[in-house]
Amino acid sequence: MTQMDLTPAATDLTADHRGTPVIEMEGISITFGSVRALDGVSLKLHAGEVHALMGENGAGKSTLIKALTGVYTIDSGRITVAGEPHEFSSPAASQAAGISTVYQEVNLVPNLTVAENMMLGREPRRFGSINTRAMNRQAGETLAGLGLDIDPTSMLGAHPIAVQQLVAIARAVDVEARVLILDEPTSSLDADEAAKLFEVMRRLREQGVAIVFVSHFLDQVYEIADRMTILRNGRLVGERVVAETTQLELVKLMIGRELEALERLDREVAATEADESGSPVLKAIGIGRKGSVEAFDLELYDGEVIGIAGLLGSGRTELARLLFGADSADVGELKVRSTRRRFRSPRHAIDRKIAFSSEDRKAEGVVGDLTVADNMLLALQASRGWLRPIPQATRTKLVEEYIQALDIRPADPAALMRNLSGGNQQKVLLARWLITEPEVLILDEPTRGIDIGAKAQIQQLVADLARKGMSVVFISAELEEVLRLSDRLVVMRDRRKIAERPNQDVSVSDVLEIIAGEARAEEDSRD
Amino acid sequence: MTDRPTVAQRLLGSQLVWPVLALAMLLVVNVIATPTFFNIRMQDGHLYGPLVDIARNSAPILLVALGMTLVIATRGIDLSVGAIAAISGAVACTQIVDSSDQGAFATAIIACTTAVAVCALLGLWNGFLVSVLGIQPIIATLVLMVAGRGLAQLVTSGQITTVNNETFSNLASGFVLTLPIAIIGALAVFALAAALTRRTALGMLIEAVGINPEASRLAGVRSRTIIWTVYVFSGLCAGLAGLIIAANTNSVNANSLGLFIELDAILAVVIGGTSLAGGRFSLLGTLVGALFITTLARTIPNVGIPSEANYLFKALVVVVVCLLQSPAARHALRVRRPRAVVPVSVKAGPA
Repeated sequence: MTQMDLTPAATDLTADHRGTPVIEMEGISITFGSVRALDGVSLKLHAGEVHALMGENGAGKSTLIKALTGVYTIDSGRITVAGEPHEFSSPAASQAAGISTVYQEVNLVPNLTVAENMMLGREPRRFGSINTRAMNRQAGETLAGLGLDIDPTSMLGAHPIAVQQLVAIARAVDVEARVLILDEPTSSLDADEAAKLFEVMRRLREQGVAIVFVSHFLDQVYEIADRMTILRNGRLVGERVVAETTQLELVKLMIGRELEALERLDREVAATEADESGSPVLKAIGIGRKGSVEAFDLELYDGEVIGIAGLLGSGRTELARLLFGADSADVGELKVRSTRRRFRSPRHAIDRKIAFSSEDRKAEGVVGDLTVADNMLLALQASRGWLRPIPQATRTKLVEEYIQALDIRPADPAALMRNLSGGNQQKVLLARWLITEPEVLILDEPTRGIDIGAKAQIQQLVADLARKGMSVVFISAELEEVLRLSDRLVVMRDRRKIAERPNQDVSVSDVLEIIAGEARAEEDSRD
Repeated sequence: MTDRPTVAQRLLGSQLVWPVLALAMLLVVNVIATPTFFNIRMQDGHLYGPLVDIARNSAPILLVALGMTLVIATRGIDLSVGAIAAISGAVACTQIVDSSDQGAFATAIIACTTAVAVCALLGLWNGFLVSVLGIQPIIATLVLMVAGRGLAQLVTSGQITTVNNETFSNLASGFVLTLPIAIIGALAVFALAAALTRRTALGMLIEAVGINPEASRLAGVRSRTIIWTVYVFSGLCAGLAGLIIAANTNSVNANSLGLFIELDAILAVVIGGTSLAGGRFSLLGTLVGALFITTLARTIPNVGIPSEANYLFKALVVVVVCLLQSPAARHALRVRRPRAVVPVSVKAGPA
């Protein structure tokens, strides 16, 4: 499959015009415990190209990068640098081979100057002490070489994050880098700042640096990248020339599975009739938050499931967080049963019977050192206040009821939460919210990273809850799942709500086209 | 899959085992050095003896440590307790000295109430800095740790204030129901704290905030109120401790009252098994920890070592406790034990 997916064009390009790749990774496999994180993946990097590494969350992009930077040791496979086989047993070995990485979070020292940061660890010395003048001059030359107008003697922390990132890149390429890896460099940058970054990337490309670019923004990939390698579930899906691949094709490759098979998927779209006659239980009017998600409208009726589709980073989560007050909105207003409400904290939303289960189970859901029972009762107890503990009898009854109903294992209320598997933790978190008897349940990726059995149980639960009149906002990266469960569909892209339609005769490919098509429409209007 | 652990296993698994064993060991050392160590005699309806002394001496540390336990459970720390104790003593003594009837019962009560109220306010201040302004607890309470001594000096005008009030001095040396008042007072606060945290939901919410603040926020926990509450409680406890210390000498020296008591309290908390990283706490463990520290201070002169060496031994205890809490050291210990099978360490999963 791997070989077949290579288009002839891509192969030609590799063979004829580029000669030996700077880096060639072949058949790389990495296993964590029983999980195969990478399975025979290959990657070819040529001098003077921007190579995008594409794939959904968990596809193996960061594992592959960490194999290349020596953070993880590979179990099998081969890495050659300019034709020479290399073993990257440590990050230092990788750096010595000319591979530099700039991570999403800038890891420089904010209270040193720009020059000090760039030369950290290899300061020019004179008589044993640091030659500040030479250091500033060298740093200035490097910055100028990249077309950057940054004062080397200024404090790094005084600059916006975008400039800090550029300094990090300048530092990285100054170490005679042959390969520069940029992991999500644009995630915290606005459009102008990203443009500046691309300018620097183009300059480096002209100088013959091979750049690995990881981004969730498809438009940016199409703007800057020459070729791309697509991963899915730890496997190589293919290598493509960006200019010869449409966005729709790319999205399909990333999400995977044959289109025909997808179309045939039986959908049990909830047979419930959403009651749209009354007032919506939750209504968002132009709410948005700067740097998070653009203003959007949304109406949610009793017994309705709204599915939110979109790629990772499209603003799905941000939308949910605004509805719940996990982040506060800058603009717009929110109405609960026609009454205007302002959620300044999750508490306000919970008081209005809204529940939100975060996608980040570990950081934003699980309280690992507490018991299963305490985790389940946390939200209810919080809303009662500490002075009114839940009576022991009620505690036992609720906890046992939900352990049974959701089939939580081990069925031990006193088990520590951190010892449960991901799927069972997820069920406990669902129970936490169901115990509060919400009218609106916002589920962000409730089935991510859990086994297929638990997944089916959770899907069934959502359908049942809606049938009983609960309104659900269901967010998932798996389009089939979203389509199977929702009455109405909202599509997000680039932190904007771009479409909303009833889920009738909508197929996965329709949604993909909406996601990809919007880009085309945008380009047309720009021209 | 889950075999029921035997009683021995459960006992060994309990966090209290090590502190209790350590305390027992100290007591044994004392009995060997002074065979009369466990003697308790009844005189005028009051109990006397080395053990009673230790219990009474531990009262201030226990009080401060109780407040500290809850603060630490929320991932915080309260460095200002010593200064608060000094302010408490200063306010109470100055009030008594300034009153028209120095020796009266009412005078002592009013003075102590005022002092404790002031301490509650100081706790409010700490809580405000930490929970509203979001200042790191160590810095926020450092402010009062430094400024508090100055405040106490202002209250006493820089003098060592000596008082003469029977009710007040009874706080440290009086007896009720054969036991020293200080012990009963500290145990009462212990019982109150235990009831407050374990009979209500406060304890669970404190632990939730300490273990995962963001998850707690999203679950609707009013973490601000909770954090505020624990700092006020810590202030109150420190205030009571200050009163007992001042009553013990019938005087207050703003410079030295409760000096370094925050370190003893933190040590007591850590010995008791509450992690400085926050989360699960054990008030009973803190009780044992406080007794351990006081016993240690008593043991050192008792076995013939100059009491100046006390700090050295405390430092040793700190080292041992840190080692016991360090995952690396625990792992090393486990490897040495021949029977235990160490699972092959698994590589970290993908980020």
